[in-house]
Amino acid sequence: MKLTRRDFLKISSAATAGLALGGCTTMGFNMQPVQEQAWRLRTQDAKETPTICCYCAVGCGILCHTDKRTGKVIYTEGDADHPINRGALCAKGAATYQVAQNDKRMTKVLYRAPYSTQWEEKSWDWALRQIAKRVKDSRDKSFTRKNAKGQVVNRCDGIASVGSAALDNEECWIYQAMLRAMGLVYIEHQARI
Amino acid sequence: MTNHWIDIKNSDCILIMGSNAAENHPISFKWVIEARKSGATLISVDPRFTRTSSKADFYTALRSGTDIAFLGGMINYILSHNKYFQEYVARYTNACFIVGKKYGFHDGLFAGFDPKTRKYDKSYWAYELDANGVPKKDYTLKHPRSVFQLLKKHYSRYTLDKVSAVTGTPKEDLLKVYELYSATGKPDKAGTIMYAMGWTQHTVGVQNIRAMAIIQLLLGNMGVAGGGVNALRGESNVQGSTDHCLLFHIWPGYLPTPRASAATLADYNKKYTPVSHDPLSANWWQNKPKYVVSFLKAMFGDAAHAGNDFGYGWMPKLDDGKTYSWLDLFDAMYRGEFSGFFAWGQNPACSGANADKNREALARLDWMVNVNLFDNETASFWKGPGMDPRKVKTEVFFLPCAAFMEKEGSITNSGRWAQWRYKAQEPPGEAKPDGDIMVELFNEIRSLYAKEGGVFPDPILNLKWDYTTQGKYDAHKVARTINGEFTRDVTLKGKTYRKGQLVPSFAFLQADGSTTSGNWLYCQSYNESGNNMARRDNRDTSGIGLYSNWSWCWPVNRRILYNRASVDLMGRPWNPKKPVIAFAGEVQDGKYVTKKWVGDVPDGGWYPMMNPDGTPRSDTKYPFIMKPHGFGAVFGPGRGDGPFPEHYEPIECPVEKNLFSSQFTNPVAAVYRTQKDVYKTCNPRYPFVCTTYRVTEHWQTGVLTRWQPWLLEAEPQLFVEMSEELARLRGIQNGEKVIVESPRGKVEAVAMVTKRFRPFMVQGQEIHQVGLPWHYGWVWPPDGGDSANLLTPSAGDPNTRIPETKAFMVNVRKKGV
Ligand code: SF4
Repeated sequence: MKLTRRDFLKISSAATAGLALGGCTTMGFNMQPVQEQAWRLRTQDAKETPTICCYCAVGCGILCHTDKRTGKVIYTEGDADHPINRGALCAKGAATYQVAQNDKRMTKVLYRAPYSTQWEEKSWDWALRQIAKRVKDSRDKSFTRKNAKGQVVNRCDGIASVGSAALDNEECWIYQAMLRAMGLVYIEHQARI
Repeated sequence: MTNHWIDIKNSDCILIMGSNAAENHPISFKWVIEARKSGATLISVDPRFTRTSSKADFYTALRSGTDIAFLGGMINYILSHNKYFQEYVARYTNACFIVGKKYGFHDGLFAGFDPKTRKYDKSYWAYELDANGVPKKDYTLKHPRSVFQLLKKHYSRYTLDKVSAVTGTPKEDLLKVYELYSATGKPDKAGTIMYAMGWTQHTVGVQNIRAMAIIQLLLGNMGVAGGGVNALRGESNVQGSTDHCLLFHIWPGYLPTPRASAATLADYNKKYTPVSHDPLSANWWQNKPKYVVSFLKAMFGDAAHAGNDFGYGWMPKLDDGKTYSWLDLFDAMYRGEFSGFFAWGQNPACSGANADKNREALARLDWMVNVNLFDNETASFWKGPGMDPRKVKTEVFFLPCAAFMEKEGSITNSGRWAQWRYKAQEPPGEAKPDGDIMVELFNEIRSLYAKEGGVFPDPILNLKWDYTTQGKYDAHKVARTINGEFTRDVTLKGKTYRKGQLVPSFAFLQADGSTTSGNWLYCQSYNESGNNMARRDNRDTSGIGLYSNWSWCWPVNRRILYNRASVDLMGRPWNPKKPVIAFAGEVQDGKYVTKKWVGDVPDGGWYPMMNPDGTPRSDTKYPFIMKPHGFGAVFGPGRGDGPFPEHYEPIECPVEKNLFSSQFTNPVAAVYRTQKDVYKTCNPRYPFVCTTYRVTEHWQTGVLTRWQPWLLEAEPQLFVEMSEELARLRGIQNGEKVIVESPRGKVEAVAMVTKRFRPFMVQGQEIHQVGLPWHYGWVWPPDGGDSANLLTPSAGDPNTRIPETKAFMVNVRKKGV
């Protein structure tokens, strides 16, 4: 495999990041000067933003380094000031750079029509308007004012929701608020499974 | 977790059972290793020798689904060898309560069972009350109907011989674990349990945890540093999403979702507010009406007022006796009950038990919305295995969302720390933060109702929905609503609070509409002293690693729950070397005369139970303030399947009888009846016990991690792990492709033949167990394998309805044979 200098720098920093819990692989030669240079090149002028890992609930601190010119995250590492992880991360936390920079991320709203064999790209405006119409239609048709016993229940029996433990607290709260205002009762998420 | 991650370092003995923390919560091990450096013993109990086991001082295996037998044996050992912490048990737990005469237990069934409805009448388990309605107590623990004596009797049946025959764990290994762990029953020793889905995902999931909670109470390990009952939660904000109740049965802050029989707010308060007649019981939930009104005010703002029951009537009600849980939801979807479905930040086509049922259920919808970062098996289900898109009617909307470093907001870790995150870059392309998607979508829905009218538009039109700044979702505005504010000028405890001012903490919340709070547990997280979740002072002043000025934790920044049980009746720490709190009030003539606690935020700041001269105080409260009677629950009469944990076999198991009783499986387990709900026990076609698990390099269904080259390279495809003995039996070589099948589905996997699984001797029979990770799915990577949940059963715990994915039956065979 032929490596460009850039590839090599990428690999070396990935190797260090991935080895938070173990020792340091030297690959048979001293990598110290190369790593130091890589550090300077990648993060000089970068803006540091603290965040918390998106995977398990240990809640490790991660620092994102953002290139000020491009606005892109160019490097992520364990937050040494964080009292729980003190700079260390597991393999997943160490790889979060690949969440930020990943060409497989979905960047467009997609729609699949009934019985269609493919996705179509759509605009946000169109999609949200269509979804709102579906919600209203389903809700109005399935809304139960009174149950079989004649008790007032005011609920929407025809729509269900799952998700999500991946949302922020504030998002969880407004999500439950809008679902309950719509009358949904089938509201569930990862905590149950 | 009742305690928190760093606190693990304070433990003298760490039991890791029902979890593989080294693999799945890797950084927790920083603190496990720290504890071991200070002399702690680490015990690993797992069907498979794991990364956790490799670091343990002692490891032993048990057959999946037999944890209650294992732990019941430990309870028996603790009681018969007098290893329990007498004073703690007598004074802080309900071991001293007298149970009514109707209680009984016979051949696997508790009193009150109705075989027709398969339900218990819990009134059979009630305590005997005195004339004031307070449970009668016998602090000597000698009364034959005291909880303590009933406990003794119940677990005397859990003999080493029987436990070993059921679990497959050798007797000497059982004894070793019991000895090591029960050594923490001394006042200055603490033992902790780290568990995860290995305990919860069973038809006896809740009772697994109950069994351990009983052990922790017997040994005096609750409330102390290095102790507690610690659930290691698997998702970065599954604690927060539970607190804010994206769950059918609770509203934010664990307020019960109303049932149809509670027609008015007054009915609701009457039905759900516990009453205690004991002046020494704090019975904290007596404050529920304040939290409910404050929640409704947060939901509907000024539109909620005393004149309309604070909008209570706008909230949907559940039918009495009916459950709407995950398993019920997919069952209803499979039966065609829903036209619409949101899968928001979740991949149920892979994550739910009996995945094939769930995938077929998706095809019975009219429309579905999936919000995610990457393509996944839910969004694309219509072109998945066995689907013909031309026959699938479901319309699908896929909405691309921002990743965690592309937005601002808080998440709550397993130790209840709510930590603020910041934005480091813009989302790619047209992806948007979830908060913006919600705000914009609800705006559309609301404007449709405003324009066109519709069925019962009131809650939609009246929902408070002002969470934007310059047109964009603003997490700070929501955080303020969650914390809550005063709606008018009020004077409380001698201080005046102005309208619009943030409420300092939940002790200030009111039931008259003068306060709002989206979630009372988070009241104090964002108040006039600022965004407390964003605090980054990493100095520890406690000496036991509380880090109280780092972020903020619920409730009221209390880092160790039930910490008033960490002190004796006079308020002195059981373990003076690692005090969580200590009473520091002045003493005059043998009596406390001023009130002062030092250390963590105490669980209620009342005086200790006794003065230094041994006289009891009347201005005190029992330490377990969330329990109606104030005592830790050795006896748990609120559970649906009995007040004491009892061993039952999993719905699918390899044995023909339950050695503990003729009641084979949990009599009240949740099972389903569609043609997709197939269960097979002792069927020669499915001879091996199977469990699912995770690896460090992937997360959950792999919906994020399968798309990351570094992680995928480390763990590229589905494997099934098996013993050398089983591989020999089936002629399977390490690395070969094999088929794993259950009565519900099958997957292709690479055989991983290891010494980490060993056959068990169970009831004189050799039993094999295998395991698979559940991180894979057909969308990506190509040939990576599909979800292990195609195999798992849709049967669940009767209390939580969590599916039994940790113990079921499969066959394994070479591909093509
Ligand atoms: S870095 Fe690893 S251990 Fe830490 S929170 Fe992330 S997934 Fe959990």
